[in-house]
Amino acid sequence: MQDALAIVVLILSATLRVATPLILGALAGLFSERSGIIDIGLEGKMLASAFAAATVAALSNSAWIALAAGIAVAGLFALVHGYACITQRGNQVVSGIALNMLAAGLTVVLGNAWFHRGGQTPTLSAEARFMPSDMPGAAAVHDLPVLGPLYEGLIGGHNLIVYAALAAVPLTHWVVGRTRFGLRLRAVGENPQAVDTAGISVAWLRYRAVLLCGLLTGIAGTYLAIAQNAGFSRDMTAGQGYIALAALIFGKWRPYGALGASLMFGLLDAIAIRLQGVRVVGVGEVPVQLIQALPYLLTVILLAGFIGKADAPKAAGTPYGKER
Amino acid sequence: MRGARAPLPHWVDVGLIPLANVASALLIAGVIVLAIGENPLSAVGVLLAGALGDSEGIGYTLYYATNFVFTGLAVAVAFHAGLFNIGGEGQATLGGLGVGLVLLAGDGHLPFAALLPLALLAATGFGAAWALVPAWLQAYRGSHIVITTIMFNFLAAALMVYLMVNVLIAPGSMSPESREFGPAAYLPQMHEVLVPLGVKLTATPLNLSVALAAALCVFVWLLLWHTPFGFELRTAGHSAAAAVYAGVRPRRVVMISMCLSGAIAGCVGLNEIMGVHHRLLLNFTAGYGFAGIAVALMGRNHPVGIVLAGLLFGILSQGGTELAFAMPAITRDMIVVIQGLVILFSGALPQLSRPGFEWLFAVLSRRAPALWNA
Amino acid sequence: MISLRNVVTLRKPRSGRLEERTTARPPAVELRHIDKRFGAVHANRDVSLSIAAGSITGIVGENGAGKSTLMSILYGFYEADSGEILIDGIPAVIARPADAIALGIGMVHQHFVLVDTFTVLENIMLGAEGGGLLRRGALAAREEVRRLEREYGLRVDPDARVADLPVGALQRVEILKALYRRARLLILDEPTGVLTPQETDQLFRILSALRSNGTTIILITHKLREIMAVTDEVYVMRAGAAVAHRGTAETDSVELAELMVGRKVRLTVDKGTVRFGAPALVAEGLTLRDERGVTRVDNVSFCVRAGEIVAIAGVSGNGQSELLELLAGIRPPTAGRFTANGRVIAPETPSNPADMRAIGVSHIPEDRHRSGLVTAFAANESAILGYQRDRGYSRWLLLIKHKLLRHCERLMERFDVRPRAPMLRSANFSGGNQQKLIVARELDREPKVLLVGQPTRGVDIGAIEFIHRQLLQRRDAGCAILLVSVELDEVMALADRILVMCGGGVVGELSAEEADERKLGLLMANAQSLELRAAAAVGAVP
Repeated sequence: MQDALAIVVLILSATLRVATPLILGALAGLFSERSGIIDIGLEGKMLASAFAAATVAALSNSAWIALAAGIAVAGLFALVHGYACITQRGNQVVSGIALNMLAAGLTVVLGNAWFHRGGQTPTLSAEARFMPSDMPGAAAVHDLPVLGPLYEGLIGGHNLIVYAALAAVPLTHWVVGRTRFGLRLRAVGENPQAVDTAGISVAWLRYRAVLLCGLLTGIAGTYLAIAQNAGFSRDMTAGQGYIALAALIFGKWRPYGALGASLMFGLLDAIAIRLQGVRVVGVGEVPVQLIQALPYLLTVILLAGFIGKADAPKAAGTPYGKER
Repeated sequence: MRGARAPLPHWVDVGLIPLANVASALLIAGVIVLAIGENPLSAVGVLLAGALGDSEGIGYTLYYATNFVFTGLAVAVAFHAGLFNIGGEGQATLGGLGVGLVLLAGDGHLPFAALLPLALLAATGFGAAWALVPAWLQAYRGSHIVITTIMFNFLAAALMVYLMVNVLIAPGSMSPESREFGPAAYLPQMHEVLVPLGVKLTATPLNLSVALAAALCVFVWLLLWHTPFGFELRTAGHSAAAAVYAGVRPRRVVMISMCLSGAIAGCVGLNEIMGVHHRLLLNFTAGYGFAGIAVALMGRNHPVGIVLAGLLFGILSQGGTELAFAMPAITRDMIVVIQGLVILFSGALPQLSRPGFEWLFAVLSRRAPALWNA
Repeated sequence: MISLRNVVTLRKPRSGRLEERTTARPPAVELRHIDKRFGAVHANRDVSLSIAAGSITGIVGENGAGKSTLMSILYGFYEADSGEILIDGIPAVIARPADAIALGIGMVHQHFVLVDTFTVLENIMLGAEGGGLLRRGALAAREEVRRLEREYGLRVDPDARVADLPVGALQRVEILKALYRRARLLILDEPTGVLTPQETDQLFRILSALRSNGTTIILITHKLREIMAVTDEVYVMRAGAAVAHRGTAETDSVELAELMVGRKVRLTVDKGTVRFGAPALVAEGLTLRDERGVTRVDNVSFCVRAGEIVAIAGVSGNGQSELLELLAGIRPPTAGRFTANGRVIAPETPSNPADMRAIGVSHIPEDRHRSGLVTAFAANESAILGYQRDRGYSRWLLLIKHKLLRHCERLMERFDVRPRAPMLRSANFSGGNQQKLIVARELDREPKVLLVGQPTRGVDIGAIEFIHRQLLQRRDAGCAILLVSVELDEVMALADRILVMCGGGVVGELSAEEADERKLGLLMANAQSLELRAAAAVGAVP
């Protein structure tokens, strides 16, 4: 019994750790897409900010400065994407793909040139990272039967960014649903003409949304490099930007939906390793690749309309301009 | 500036602006090379020498270019129908899988003359099948083809890993590779083919699939611009209203164009599996799918442009490898950077240079009105 | 209906011009010499008007007369190339909608700009939220909306989702949006196009109430009945210019219809003797409802015989476009049926454009840029649009380029399309030549039934004459032609019989002999119908 509980706590704890960049990435995509700008480039922004954070952390030995650097770099990518999509009215999908490729190549080229480790950055010491912290009073409840391990292992024992990601969800919900900015954001993604005729600048609104996307992906990338791991290695995002996109779509472009989807995908990842070699009744051995592929599979099924409807913001993907 | 600007002549649109886009990309790449402490000009020198300096370099360049042409054509065909096929990676992977399955099954029993058409069928068939589902979802359920094709790329990768690790792995092998094919299942390499003709080339992976690439260029050119179906496909891509008026069924066009696109992308598998590696393995698509988008955009979705762009990327690939030897600071990832920059300028910011050209032409036409009245 | 706010001196009705005016307030809006071009199109020509404060002023004109452009300039969507705007007597610069809103100008658009997924209250608050946090602003907004509701009778449920509301309610929301921002000048662009008669009356009551409170209202419409019912003054616009200004009390629909339509030179083309054959195109109770459930084509029946031209006149947007789409096989009918060359097309036996061509029905579409040709294609490719599968152009699955080129050259020769360059991109031909190419393509088929939509829109005079002559020749060769056109000259020059559509249904029929501009103009503006339709017609204003 104790063993089972320990395993459950481990799995759930791992879920949270894996889900963190997904949550942040999905929220980032939420801001961008709700404003009408499709962003395929979450992956690239995460990668670029991971590299920036790892580099600055190695040089400055400060996790917080590294975080600032990560956010700045992601913001820069976001600005380029915004310029291409909003001001130049270019193809939003193409821009996202371009920036992904740029990030993938540039991070290794620069990393190799600066650190000569084939793309990796130097391993970071604990002070340059966001380390897991214990919750207050963890020692006191250590011996309690169920609550103890839960409090210690699941709720406690994570680094700051994990808690920040979780807090970002209700915050996003509040901003999007209860503030003036959120109202205008939702409006411009559904009918930019309504916003324009009300005298509000469509472009400025979208730029702010895109920059918020940069902020959140910057935090996600920083997490990957200096919280979850101790440095940057090539292609370390490994598709998580795309899974975040899938989580956003699966969560129907809502904050809590994105949270739920991210947690689900994180859970799948956490149990994937454990299921390796285990025979499931009636099916036989479940291939680990199937579980890894589940987020993508589920997203496709959702998009096909088989698990309810997924209505993207109506104006997403269409550049706004006065054509009369 | 409220005055009316004279529209730019057509050759500027087709020739100058794309060149300006590529030039911008290369310029920024040069700046990056400078930033990491190398000389961009000498880098270009090493690159060109490595790619075109000797017959080995040329052979490799053409071999790389073959794959770029396949994926570029695939993206272009879909583009002409108004669809954005990002699934080239996955479709190429499946194409390779199909080739591998056919060759593993038949290399002991069948002669080359039978294996080749079967492998070709498998490459195109599997590639088309992998594009079929996203196409159907777009046509009949309205699912955005960009997202579904991205997802299918990942699904293809997962499927491939599973099959290679669990099913098709050669017994006793340490890495996820199948056993090697028998000689009947080899695509002849060009240096072998040309020997009877008295041409001596250094051995390179360049194989017969380059002929297939050339044939597909002609095929796509004929199909798009010289058949009724191609006419309908392009109409649908330009104007949905005109397509409906012309009696075209939009769903049919979506399905067929995507399947064609996937089939062409699948040919990368023929080149890699049957022509080069002679076994099934992972990651043989190595980014060709995404590069195909760059090739198509640079080549303005026309086979001639795609061949030129494919050659350019082939030069970058081969030259890049040489460059990585000569200047270790510049790794092969620089090629990816250049690809990204090309896509950015050709695809997302294509009109950036337009105001500059319009100003230039306005100034010139004031000086020499007779010359520029096109 | 003379407003008591201004002291107005009127001349006798005969000349109908307002000569002098002494006002207690400066005009709410004065536009002086507004000029605007979009490329080659001269949308507003030196327009000057003066809108009295606290009045309801109408601006009438046909489609393309420049009314909407003018109001867009007033609201800040466009900037005029030249001219000035004065609000309450003070020169104003209106560079974007925010400027207009700040000056107290509100606009109710023809096509609503509402966010479907929002509630009514959210739509009203958008842009005037009253602070960073919505909750506080929402309370105040609710109060204000309730006040406006009471004062003007604008009944809406603030928490209803816009997507669920009927069309009449949507308009009330748009008006509330403007009033919420304290608009003193309200512009309504074709407000009754989508309203039922009852909703229209409701709207007029609201407008009257607004006027009593000092709001100035500009009503853009082509419906003369509304002008006569509710406005104080009216400007008539035609071809981008303001051609007349009347006090409503001293004019009538007839005069306005004449001014709207203008006295153009009638093209005298000899129609020749008519010999009608058997019915080739017969429609019985054709009805089309769109995805929203709105009836676009309402129980339309007619018959076109071989060798006859039947024209459908009417202002754009009254179902003619949809009717053409039905007949061309682009959309299946919701109810009713039609027979073309012996083939019956009904909801159970739908057709498609390729089939219709095979039957011998050709179609010159209304929108040549979107449907009629592909602007990016070369002329020789546009010349086979719709006929690309024809065996005459291919051999062994391949299109034979020189056959296409020769075909195009032949068409260009016969129909005088210039320049004679089959390789030139379709977009580079002038409007008239593009249209001639399309006409050439369709007439070359020698169809038994020809559907024609706006054949001379944006076409120069010489090409118009040519196209008309070609159509008449086809008719004489025994083709049954259904012509849809908003140009009365064209209708009267070509038609043997004229049907007028309004609100999706046919409201009147005249033979060529009995028709004249005045009668047609009135029918089109629905000021008076020869046969009263049942009040069940949706969207029609009887």
